[in-house]
Parts: sequence; structure tokens; C-alpha cells
Amino acid sequence: MKKHLLAVVGAAALVCLSGPVQAQSHDLNVVSWGGAYQDGQKEVYFKPFNATGIKLTDEAWDGGLGVLRTKIKGGNSTWDVVQVEHDELEIGCDEGLYEKLDVNKIGGAARYLPGTVHPCGVGAIIYNLVLAYDGDKLKTAPNGWSDFFDTKKIPGKRSIRNGAKWNLEIALIADGVSSSDVYKVLRTPEGVERAFKKLDTIKGDLVFWKSGAQPPQMLAAGDVVMTTAYNGRITAANEKDKKNFKMVWKDTPWTMDSWVIMKGTPQKANAEKLVEFMGRPENQAKLPKYVRYGVTAIGATPLIDKSLMGELPTNPEIHKQAFAEDVKYWIDNGDKLAERWTKWAGTK
Amino acid sequence: MLLRQRTALLLPLTGFLLVFFVAPLVWLLSLAVREAEVPRALPRTLIELQTWQPGQALPAKVFSDLALDLREAREASTLADAARRLNYEVNGVRSTLMRAAREVSSADAGTVFGADFFTTIDPTLTSPEFFAAVKRAHGPVSSYYLLAAFDLTRNANGEIERATEANRIYVDVLLRTLGISASVTLLCLLLGFPVAMLLTQVTEKTADWLMILVLLPFWTSLLVRTAAWVVVLQREGMVNTVLMDLGLISEPLTLIYNRTGVLIAMTHVLLPFMILPLYSVLKGIPPHYMRAAASLGAPPVVAFFRVYLPMAAPAIAAGSVMVFILAMGYYITPALVGGGSDQMLSYFVATYTTDTGNWGLASALGLMMLVTTLALYGVAHKLSGGRALSMG
Repeated sequence: MKKHLLAVVGAAALVCLSGPVQAQSHDLNVVSWGGAYQDGQKEVYFKPFNATGIKLTDEAWDGGLGVLRTKIKGGNSTWDVVQVEHDELEIGCDEGLYEKLDVNKIGGAARYLPGTVHPCGVGAIIYNLVLAYDGDKLKTAPNGWSDFFDTKKIPGKRSIRNGAKWNLEIALIADGVSSSDVYKVLRTPEGVERAFKKLDTIKGDLVFWKSGAQPPQMLAAGDVVMTTAYNGRITAANEKDKKNFKMVWKDTPWTMDSWVIMKGTPQKANAEKLVEFMGRPENQAKLPKYVRYGVTAIGATPLIDKSLMGELPTNPEIHKQAFAEDVKYWIDNGDKLAERWTKWAGTK
Repeated sequence: MLLRQRTALLLPLTGFLLVFFVAPLVWLLSLAVREAEVPRALPRTLIELQTWQPGQALPAKVFSDLALDLREAREASTLADAARRLNYEVNGVRSTLMRAAREVSSADAGTVFGADFFTTIDPTLTSPEFFAAVKRAHGPVSSYYLLAAFDLTRNANGEIERATEANRIYVDVLLRTLGISASVTLLCLLLGFPVAMLLTQVTEKTADWLMILVLLPFWTSLLVRTAAWVVVLQREGMVNTVLMDLGLISEPLTLIYNRTGVLIAMTHVLLPFMILPLYSVLKGIPPHYMRAAASLGAPPVVAFFRVYLPMAAPAIAAGSVMVFILAMGYYITPALVGGGSDQMLSYFVATYTTDTGNWGLASALGLMMLVTTLALYGVAHKLSGGRALSMG
């Protein structure tokens, strides 16, 4: 009796265990940020690429280096091409989570804007963290970060991302530091103190957001009078929900997301073909119609509908007002500042 | 024979639990004390540092060994993990180490890798603080993450001390987590008890209908319910609009992104877990006990407290323990409807697991929560005379 049962249990356990262990070939799989953005990518990249004869599936994720690390260390991952943030690109590359990219297989370095090609990835979009407000509700229009921190001039709640990144920068700019000196000041302990002190002045009026979808929602609900937000989300809210949200571009940080190919994928050749396809100027030029993010192929900009350029981060008029996020600073200081931020945000 | 058969029948479940629950749990929690990154990447440096104590001069060979380790670790892709680990203690050393490894690899043959070489890259790399941190991470186990979870740290001499004021976080968060869980449990009890009592006193058909109302939110996704609360509670949401239209308030109330929102949403989400165990016990209390108490002269309030409540006590204990333990682990609800000072411990576990990938600290915080929960459960069990364990 017992022997018989054991055999059954053993067989069942074997069935359970052997399932995931066997390496399974899969279709080429691309992972991006979901939402309206990925819907746009589907139209301009994924569907046309499917038509070239290589079967492509897509998934969404929320970011996080821990997730990528699990995929690689867990083995047998079904992710092939992933869109990552700038620090994830740098750290993940150091940790060997991505395949090294042969730039000649993705169209050559000359195709892309300077600074967007990396040994482990290539830029997908360029976007800004802007100051946004509801033009229908706010009587006094804010003119920059100093107004964001001026609760006398513009009273009411304002929301910022829950995290140190970008908030310390804008606090210093509001305190009179020029955007070109921000990281120089932040690299000193006094600079960090100064930033937190400036944030203290509006702490009672602060609300935090976590996901990029929240800021336009908070503006629409009247929970806040001003917010920091990803520029594409604000334009999308204006177009989809007929809002009159305005953006201030002056002294806003810009950053870049990149495509990477996950280490050890059996689909490497097809993954390279996909990244090359998504880097073609004529394909990239179609993306801003769906979501107002800048693209990285030099040849794409002249092909973009002029009416869309007004709110595009790669528009020279806008780009020259912005400053680049210093990813090295955040890689080095992110851990410590995250603790500091948690403590700061968690106490009244 | 009977015993053997029973054992055999339990075998599949036990095996399943061992393989898919106990083993991963133990493995994950062991991350809280394991130190594998630095010994894997810098073995020679660690041997050199074996006899070195902070305050002494560094061993002469340590820099050439460090150079050798850096070069090999870079090629084997083990350096990034070690650099990340050291960056927790020596802020900024992550990219410094990666840069040093690049420079070592690209240095001309015959370069002397001494203190001078590393000072030019960054003076941190020749500082006693850096080597003390390397030595402390020698493995195979260390108390670093556990200490960090309790806001403690080691100074350069290896003595344990409290973290600086700005970095004391997790003890506060633990107390906050316990506070929110206790408040939610109390609210659930106050709201759930009358409902459970009502369920036992109406006809069976009405009770069925009421039960569906209790269970309906139970079957709805947690995320959907939480998002619904955002719509209801926001500044121009339903609650504020109705109150303003009725003229009860002139300014909208702040009901969300603060503690109020967290308590409202969590109480709603967890209410069924209170009502169901309460109902299962309360329906077994014969109604004629109360009638007997009344016929013997007890006013309704006295009868309730002296007759009904003692019989309901096991249910209250079971429901409260259930809600409290579930509340301890909540994070998505506070993350969506809470403010910065309302985040609970699991929020940080989630952040460290998926965002920054600091699994050591995530495990240490998880361990802290597990031990606290088990301890509280033990106390509840003891206080209730063993009744908290039974589900009625």
C-alpha cells in the first residue's frame, strides 16, 4: 500500500519538476512599459515586424533590476528584448545581464544620436520629467521650479515622485542652483542637506506618486494643483481625456530608456533584427503620433509631423532648456539616498 | 497500520509543502545572513586582510592582490555584485571599483599596482574604511543585513552602534506596521461583530443574501477594490461631492494619501476575514441562552457581556488574529492610498526585492516581520488559552 502510494507521489513529483526544467524554445518576446505607450509601440514596431515573417509576442513590466536579475539567474527566461531605464542599463551591463551589442547589426552608430549607443543597449526614447498643472484650474501659471516650491504664490498640494531621484535636483534648482551645477553641488554632503532643506519647506503640501499614470490622474481629480510628471503622460491625458494640462519645460531633467537583449537568449539573431527594425528612422518617426516621447534615430526627426514637435523632448527649442540626468551619480549614491529619502518621507 | 496509512495520505501535501514552501522560504531567509559576493570576487584580498585590524597599517601585498582580484572578477562578471554589496557601506564605491577594474585590465604590462595606483583612481580605495568594509563582508555569514533591519550599524572598529538619525527607518516602520494592523483589526471587529450577530438572527434566506453581500467584495480583485477607493475618496470624489452638496462641509476633506485612506481601504478589504470566522462561531450559540439570562433578570447589556461575549471570545480571537496577520503583510493598498508616512514593512521588502535588488536586506526585513508575527501569534495563543488557533 505504502509502496504503491510512494510510487504515485514520486511520479507526480517528477511530472511537476520536469515541466519547467526542460528548455523550451519560444517565439521572440519583447517587453516594454505597457499602457498607451506600448499600444503605440505595437502599431509602429511590433505589428509591422511580425509582418516580416518573424513571430513576435509582447509583454509589459514595471521595471526593477531585481526582476531582470531573477530572469537571468533563474534561467530559461522567455524575455528576449527589454526596454530598461538608464541606471538599469548601466548596472545590468556591469552585472552581465545583457548581451553585448554589435552596433553594426543594429544599423551602425552613425544612425543614432550621440550618447544613445551603449555597449549593452541602444536608446529607445528620450523623455523629460516636467512640471505639469491644469490650465483650467490654476489661475497663476507656474514659471519654473521656484514657483513649484512657492506655496505663497501658488497655494495647494503638489505631488512628486516617491524617491530621491530628480526631486533633489529640482529642489536645488528652486533654491537658485543653475541646472548645469546641480550634480556638482549634489556631490557634496552640504548640497544634499541643502536639497532636503528646500524640500522641507513644502513638505506639508506634498503628495507622492509611484507610477507614471498617477500624476495626470491626481491633477484631474483636483488632489494637487501642480505635479512632476513624464511629459508623454500629460500629452496623452490632454488628447484622450480632453484636458487642458500645461507643461513647464525649463530646467527639467531628461533621461533615456534603452533596448537591451537579455543574456543567453536563444533568439539572439532575431532580437538583433528587431532592435535594428525599431531603430530605423522611418519606423521611429511614427511613434510620437501615439505618445510624445523623443526618438533616437537622427534621421527620424525630419520625418516627424511638424504639429507634434511642440511637445517633443527632442525638439531643439525644448531640449536646450533641459538638463541631462547624471546616471553615474544615481548609481553611486542611490542606495544611501534611498534610505535618507525613506526616512525623510516617512516622518511628518 | 492506521497511523501509517494516515502518514501516507499526508505525504503528497507534506512533500509539496517541503519542496515549494519550506525550502524556498528557508533559502530566501538565509540570504539575510549570507555573504557570498565579496568572498567570490576578492578572495586574495581577503586572505591578505585576515590578520589586519583597523588602525594598523595595511599589509604591503594587499594592493597587488586587489588588482589581481579586480581583473579576474571583472572577467568572471562577479565584480558588479561585490561592488554593489560594498556600496551599501561605503557610499560611491560601486562605480569606483568598476572603474578601477577597467583601469587595471587596460594597464600596461609591468605597471606596479601599489597604493599610488589606486589613490590616483580614487583615494577611497586606499582608505581603512574601505578595507574594513571588505573585511567585514568576508563571509560566509555576517550580521550586516540583520543589523541594518534594526537600524544598527558597525563603526570602523567593528562595534555595533545605532545608525545616524537620518538613516533610522525600519524600527519606526515596524512599529507603524503593528499600529496600522492593530487599528484595522479593531475597526474590523467593531464593524464586523454586529453584522455577524445580525446574520445569526435573521431567517436563513435573508442570511444567504447578506452573506453574498459580505462575500461579493471578497471575490473582487484586491487591486480593483483599492483603485475604487481612490475614486471614492479623492478630493473631487464621491464622498467629498456628496458632503459638499449636502452642505455639511465647505472645504473638501483630505481622505486619501494619508492614514485615513489607508485605514478605510484596508478595513474594507479585510472585513470578510473578520465576519466569516465570527459568524461560524456565533451561529452555534443557542439563542435561548440569552433568553434564559433575561428570564433570570439580566438586562440586555449585562446578558450580552456576561453570557454572549464569553461564548463569542474564541471567534473574536480567531477573527482578530486572522485580520491582524493578513494586515501585517499588506503593501499594495497603503502604496496606492497612503502617503509617505503610511508605508508598511512589506512595501520595503517589495522595493528591495524588485527595484534595487538588495535581497539581503529584503530577507532581513522579511525575517523581522515573520518573527514579530509568530511572537504575537504565540502571545495571542497563550492569552486566549489556545483558542486563537482554532477557527471556531
